[in-house]
Amino acid sequence: MKTSIILAICYFVFAPLIGGLLEGFDRKISARMQRRVGPPVLQPFYDVIKLFNKENQAVYRSQTWLMYTYFVLMILTGVMFFAGFDLLLCFFIMSTSATFLYFAACVTGSPYSNIGAHRELLQMTAYEPAVLLACVGFYLVKGSFDVVTIANGSFSAIKYLPGFFIAFVFILTIKMRKSPFDTSASHHMHQELVKGLTTEFSGPNLALFQVSEWYENVFLMGVVGLFIINSNPVSIAVAVGVCLLTYFLEILIDNSNARMKWQKMLKVTWIVTLLCAGVNLAVLIFV
Amino acid sequence: MVPFLIIFPLVLAVLLYLIKAPKVLNVLTLIGGTVVIAGVIWLTISWAMDGFNAQLLYKDAHLADHFILAGELILMVFVTVMCFIHKRALLSLLSIIPTLAIAYFELFGPKTAEVEKINLDHLSILMCDIVGIIGSLIVIYAVGYMDGYHKHHKDVPDKRNYFFSVMFVFLGSMIGLVTSESLLWMVFFWEMTSVCSFLLIKYTGEEQAIINAFRALWMNLLGGAFMIFGIMYFGYSEGFVGMHQMISAGTVYTTIPVACLAFAALTKSAQLPFTPWLLGAMIAPTPSSALLHSATMVKAGVYLLIRLAPAMSGTYVGIMVSFIGGFTFLVTSFMAISQSDGKSVLALSTVSNLGLMVACAGVGSADTVWAAVFLMIFHAISKSLLFQDVGSTENSLHSRDIEKMHGLLYMLPKHASFMFIGIAGMFLAPFGMLISKWAALKSAADNTDLLLIIFICFGSATTALYWTKWMGKLIAHPHGEPKKVENVSKTSEMLSMTIHVVMMIAVCALFPIVSGGYVNPMVSEMFGYNGQVLSNVVLMILVSIILVVFAIPMLAYFNSKSMDITIKKAYMAGVNVGDNSAFVDAFGEDKEAYVSNYYFESFLGVEQNMRKLQLFTTLWLIVSFAIIIGGEFL
Repeated sequence: MKTSIILAICYFVFAPLIGGLLEGFDRKISARMQRRVGPPVLQPFYDVIKLFNKENQAVYRSQTWLMYTYFVLMILTGVMFFAGFDLLLCFFIMSTSATFLYFAACVTGSPYSNIGAHRELLQMTAYEPAVLLACVGFYLVKGSFDVVTIANGSFSAIKYLPGFFIAFVFILTIKMRKSPFDTSASHHMHQELVKGLTTEFSGPNLALFQVSEWYENVFLMGVVGLFIINSNPVSIAVAVGVCLLTYFLEILIDNSNARMKWQKMLKVTWIVTLLCAGVNLAVLIFV
Repeated sequence: MVPFLIIFPLVLAVLLYLIKAPKVLNVLTLIGGTVVIAGVIWLTISWAMDGFNAQLLYKDAHLADHFILAGELILMVFVTVMCFIHKRALLSLLSIIPTLAIAYFELFGPKTAEVEKINLDHLSILMCDIVGIIGSLIVIYAVGYMDGYHKHHKDVPDKRNYFFSVMFVFLGSMIGLVTSESLLWMVFFWEMTSVCSFLLIKYTGEEQAIINAFRALWMNLLGGAFMIFGIMYFGYSEGFVGMHQMISAGTVYTTIPVACLAFAALTKSAQLPFTPWLLGAMIAPTPSSALLHSATMVKAGVYLLIRLAPAMSGTYVGIMVSFIGGFTFLVTSFMAISQSDGKSVLALSTVSNLGLMVACAGVGSADTVWAAVFLMIFHAISKSLLFQDVGSTENSLHSRDIEKMHGLLYMLPKHASFMFIGIAGMFLAPFGMLISKWAALKSAADNTDLLLIIFICFGSATTALYWTKWMGKLIAHPHGEPKKVENVSKTSEMLSMTIHVVMMIAVCALFPIVSGGYVNPMVSEMFGYNGQVLSNVVLMILVSIILVVFAIPMLAYFNSKSMDITIKKAYMAGVNVGDNSAFVDAFGEDKEAYVSNYYFESFLGVEQNMRKLQLFTTLWLIVSFAIIIGGEFL
């Protein structure tokens, strides 16, 4: 109980710092991969602070409270995860929060942000099966949906869930808005999307979006870690290592792929989900 | 009390049919609806006072038996006449042969053991409440709706007396259906609901309406024929005609009758390959879609499957049913993505959700039944609300196209808010449907049912897609100034919808109580042990999260009111024309910006997929029946 509360508070306080740092390294490493010097590691923090100090501009007032709801529900997701609540419940709250992001984008009626928002919906459709299947996988091998129980077993879940792990890492690319799946909010300006979903967010709203992403990334890394962690303390170190490796892998994928069309994204993701998670599930059930 | 609840609506129906004065008609309908609500509440309370015990009543109601038989014959004559009037003579055989067969069975068949006629237990009382309360609210709603409907559809002859009358006939039959212990009674009420559905679908009298009505009729009559065959087979082989004996007989001879009854349930719940009748039924005025084709009648199939669940558990019949259910859940949710007509989305989503309930009932363990019951409760409330809302919106907006609902929140704020809540209730945390779906997923995992797990995981994703994009349309700001739309909804409509919203939130908030106090005892009554899927602790946590999830947007909203926000134009590559509604195109002319949703009609559409899916599921049913019958005799 005590550790749950401490962990939840730690997430609440440190997740944006960790998330920001991860993004800082992400930008640095990406720059080096492209033979650029890149911004300082702390650049994401400077950006966000600057954005918070800007004038709050919006197309419609309602954008702001929808963004706040997205932000708070995102934090709630992670807090509940690190407090050891039910894993499915965490993902359900995460979907609800993502829905608010969708609302914030499409309430504007602006063409670019609407196209981005619709693609965001398709992304959600693409990744949700893998997420739900991962939860079922945990449940089948650990006998519970509770994060506490899953994390405290005598063995690592990945031992029985390698397929689920691959599927989950695959959809992480979508969740982290990396190429080739950055269809809803492109990295770069001046493309057909003009930042899609986030087109109409500026100043504090954009900063909120950014910080929510950091919270989300740390939460997702937590789920990656959950595949590794068990009652043995050494596993924590291993889990952190695997998370960092996964993050690096995402950066590598990001820098070596061009954006896919969303149709292909949906197909590829579902096929991978079925082949890896589905087959793994069949093995769990029948063998 | 039960006989009153069956007979009162039927008598009232006759009275309503004879009245032509609209005012008297409306008042009588409102009174009738209220009496039925009061009646089921009285029934529930008096049954609860007796200690929530399962009761079997009216063992020697021989006179009533004769009435039922006479009713069946009258129904047969009526259907035959209808078929001849509309030049579909061959179809009448689907009514004549089974009815004569069952009449022969009753009069000259084997001497079957005396059974009670009425069964009052947790399940039938729950169904009575759903039918009585939600059904009557829809009837009350219909009073206001039909007024607006006939103002909007001037070309449709005003036959309101007929419409209300059939709705009451339906209410009476439905209560009879869910309380019948005698299978011979049940099959009569079953056929009654099929005919009511037929009569309501052909209400407008247009060519297409009649085609759809007959499609619904033959599919449901086919189900009825299977049911009659199953009952007769059971009667001849075992000498019983009671539901309890069917479930608990425990001999090999129940497999075929249970399979036949399950088949009938699949037709009534519009599972593949029988889905087209429900899609066609959407042509009827909205109250009938809400009442028959979403909230209550199609639940009769699910009701029957839940009743049969203990008998299906672990048998091949269960596998047949749960596969059809899970498969329907997934593919109809795909097709719902392709629809822009509001009622079509609701229809497909109804079939889809029914599929999930059917799948749960088919697995037939205590925990899947627990999930199915909750899915049924929440679906009935949310869907009834949504249908009513789309209907009222259509009367004011003169369209039920989702694309036309762009910015509905700024044109018809109340309707849009109710619709928003209704949709949220269908899939978002922390509302009931999502919790029930969670329970379904958990119980599927507990039963290690591979296909059902995969169906639920993928189906949830597609379900979320079509609902979310609809919600987005409601709140999106209109292109330019909001259109002025006159709100023609009457008090009775708003009253019914408001009660639905209150009920929806109340049932979510009371989830632990409903679960502990009612659904758990129901499941133990059926299986002998409790099948609670989500523990009380989890449910309590959920309820508190409901408060948080409601509170956050509220707080954020009021907080943002005092914020200093500068309003700017939307980004249109710098070529806006003064406001957010248009931009300058390549020819230097103003072009209206129009944002539409994705529908993917070219590959998810109903037309291009339905045939193939029907073919596949028909083959599955044929193969399954072959295996079931073969397993019996080989």
